[in-house]
Parts: sequence; C-alpha cells; structure tokens
Amino acid sequence: MSNLPSVEELPEAIIARFGTQKAKTGNWRTNEIEIDQDKCDFCMRCVVFCPDGAIKVSEGKLKMDLDYCKGCCICIEECPKNAIKEERKVELP
Amino acid sequence: MMEMSEKIDLDQFDKEEFLGPSLKSCPGCSATIVARFALKALGKDTIVIIPASCLATLLATNTQTGIKIPYLHALFECGSSTATGVKHAMMRKGKENVNVVTIAGDSGSMDIGFQALSGAAIRNEDIIHICYDNESAMNTGGQLNSCTPFGARTPDWPLGKRLMKKDAPSIMAAHNIPYVATASISHLEDFYMKLKKAKKIKGFRYIHVLSPCPISWGYDGRYTVEIARKAVESGLWMLYEIENGSFNLTYKPERRIPVEEYLRMQRRFDTLTDDDARKVQEIVNELWRRYEE
Ligand SMILES: Cc1ncc(C[n+]2csc(CCOP(=O)(O)OP(=O)(O)O)c2C)c(N)n1
Ligand code: SF4
Ligand code: SF4
Repeated sequence: MSNLPSVEELPEAIIARFGTQKAKTGNWRTNEIEIDQDKCDFCMRCVVFCPDGAIKVSEGKLKMDLDYCKGCCICIEECPKNAIKEERKVELP
Repeated sequence: MMEMSEKIDLDQFDKEEFLGPSLKSCPGCSATIVARFALKALGKDTIVIIPASCLATLLATNTQTGIKIPYLHALFECGSSTATGVKHAMMRKGKENVNVVTIAGDSGSMDIGFQALSGAAIRNEDIIHICYDNESAMNTGGQLNSCTPFGARTPDWPLGKRLMKKDAPSIMAAHNIPYVATASISHLEDFYMKLKKAKKIKGFRYIHVLSPCPISWGYDGRYTVEIARKAVESGLWMLYEIENGSFNLTYKPERRIPVEEYLRMQRRFDTLTDDDARKVQEIVNELWRRYEE
C-alpha cells in the first residue's frame, strides 16, 4: 500500500483541478442578449433556468455574465415580462 | 403558458455554487441544470461519480474541471460500483456523513450501467443515484437506448422507434429501496425538495430526472424548459416519489394538455403518424386512470 503515489504525485491528466473558467464559453454566442432592468420584476426564473449560471443578482439588479452566456435564449422564453431581448449577430442557416 | 407568472423564491435553494462557469455543454443543454441543483442540495461534503456521458465530458477537460467538489469520472458501465467503492472507503475513514452521488445518463443507468446500478440497489448501498434522462446515448450522437420513447427517431432507427420506453423508476422501486422519485428540470422546487429528502435518508436512493436535449430531440435550445414543462403538463411525465414502498404524487397538472403539444415541438417525432400520436395519448390516459383508481 505504501508504494502507491500520493495524489500530488499523480500526472495532471489523471488529477484535474478546478479551472475551466479560463476558457470563455461566451464567445460561442452568435447573438447578443440584453436585459431591460425597467421591465424586470425579479421573478428569478431566468436566474434558476440559465443552464450556464450566467445571470447573477447583484445590488438589486440582474446582471448577465457575457463571458459565459452562450446565447441559448432560455431566459427569454422563461421571462414572463419580456424583459430580455435577443439581437442576432449572425444569421444561422 | 400555465405557470409563467410564477415567481421563484431563491431562498429555498442553497446559495453555494459548485458548478463553475465555462461548462462545455451545448447552448440550452439541461444536464447542467440537473447537476447544479443536485450539488446545491447535497452540499460541499459530497463526492460525485459520473460515468461516461455528456455530463462527464462537459464538466471537465483533460486537465481542468468545472466542478468545485471531488469528481470521479467513472467508466461507462460502472458508475454505481465506483460509487459503492468510494462510499465504503469513506466509511473506513470514519466519514460516513459524506454523500456519495452518481449522476449518470439514461444509458449509464438503464442500459450499460444497469448491472452495476441494480447490484448496488439490491445491496441497499448508502449512495444516491441521479439519472438525467435525455432519452438517448447523446454523447456518441443520440443512438437509441431503452429510455428512448416510442416513435422517436434516432440515427440508428430513422423511421422512429417501435418499442416502448423502459419504466426505469418502477424497475428501481422493485428493488425495494427506501427512496425512488421522478423529477423534471422544469419543476425545480419539486426536484429540490426530493434531493433534500433523499439526502436525509440512509440506503439506496434513486432520482430519475427528465432532461431534454435540443440536439437529440430536435428543437431550438431556447425551448428546453418549456418542453420539459409540457412533458409534465401533458401527464406524459408523472412527478412522484415512492418512499419505503408508499407512492405519493407530488404534482398534479390542473388540466392535462394534449400530448401532441409536447410531441410536435420536436423533430424526433416527425415520422410519428397521427395514429401513433393517439396511441401515445391513450397510454397517458391509461396511466392516469390507473393512478386515479
Ligand atoms: C464501454 C464503453 N462503451 C461505449 C462508450 C462510448 N460512450 C461514451 S458516452 C456514451 C453514451 C452515453 O449515453 P447516456 O448514458 O445516455 O448519457 P448522455 O450522453 O446521453 O447524456 C457512449 C456510448 C464508452 N465510453 N465505454
Ligand atoms: S441566453 Fe442562455 S446562457 Fe445566456 S443568460 Fe440567457 S439562459 Fe443563460
Ligand atoms: S448533446 Fe445534448 S445532452 Fe449532450 S451536451 Fe449537448 S445538449 Fe447536452
């Protein structure tokens, strides 16, 4: 048993550490997503349903983290107040 | 839309986030919703085992993970046996209170992973198994599996499957484990309540979550939550729990919408005839008739 390597000695490919945040998946987006703070009534539906956790509550406002928002538009579909808008940058086939 | 005006109380969910940003999932993928809420509910003293699946790959690259708790990427066929080993190691170290959870796809649970899952369940190992069900073997391109529903097209059954979907939760309930539940990513409060309940129970706990995949099911990723909601509102996907053998419906649609509203949003049902759609409706009606008795 004592001949086994410790966790620290294992090669990186076997032990991975937390760190994917360096790659910005927001650059997969082909649209721009924007929230209209005046229309928002804080129902929090977009916050919980965003698959990428890209909508944060800060200082009584919702903030989109465009570094990681992939532009899926689930937040738009779930918003009962039509407070979130999509602007297409690239037309998809 | 039925519950669109419903506000969601953020306070019911634990604050801590265990999934990092920059997950390598397709836009609109619901697998991350399952994992995010599962880990929130279970908390930091948790070890997660994920066998080969989309979730396993989207959470980590070779050298970095997007998850802040220990995560073991298990072989495809042995999520539950890996979890068993980890749990026993924790017990030997005197850390009984560590939650060991497997989050596996539907193939990793009900097909290739079934032997390990069934074995661990019948031994009543003290672990939690969450199956996120996207109704296909999606990480390799959406091939058919036993959880693919009747009528759905897959690359390997292009005219639409002519067999029924396996009733996974009932099979797990037949193992006489202390807790079995179904859930849907559209009904997060319900899912969260079940996770919290499962966390407190000792023994094998199984939660089966409907988790739509835009790529496999053929719809724009923006409709992920809406489609999951329609599956529940049509009665096709029943939300219930079975605690020590006693069945409890946890959500009842006020008025069931026609299943076609759910089916026709998805290109995988393009080859489903109207007759077949009626057949699906009859199956759902029968399911609820049996329940109401
Ligand atoms: C023994 C073995 N066979 C095949 C594979 C290839 N493989 C990796 S993931 C996968 C499908 C996973 O399907 P599922 O469990 O339903 O999860 P999903 O990807 O759909 O979320 C397959 C076939 C493998 N990794 N190991
Ligand atoms: S578009 Fe999608 S990824 Fe971006 S904030 Fe909305 S739900 Fe999140
Ligand atoms: S293929 Fe489907 S399940 Fe896999 S990451 Fe993409 S959306 Fe998610």
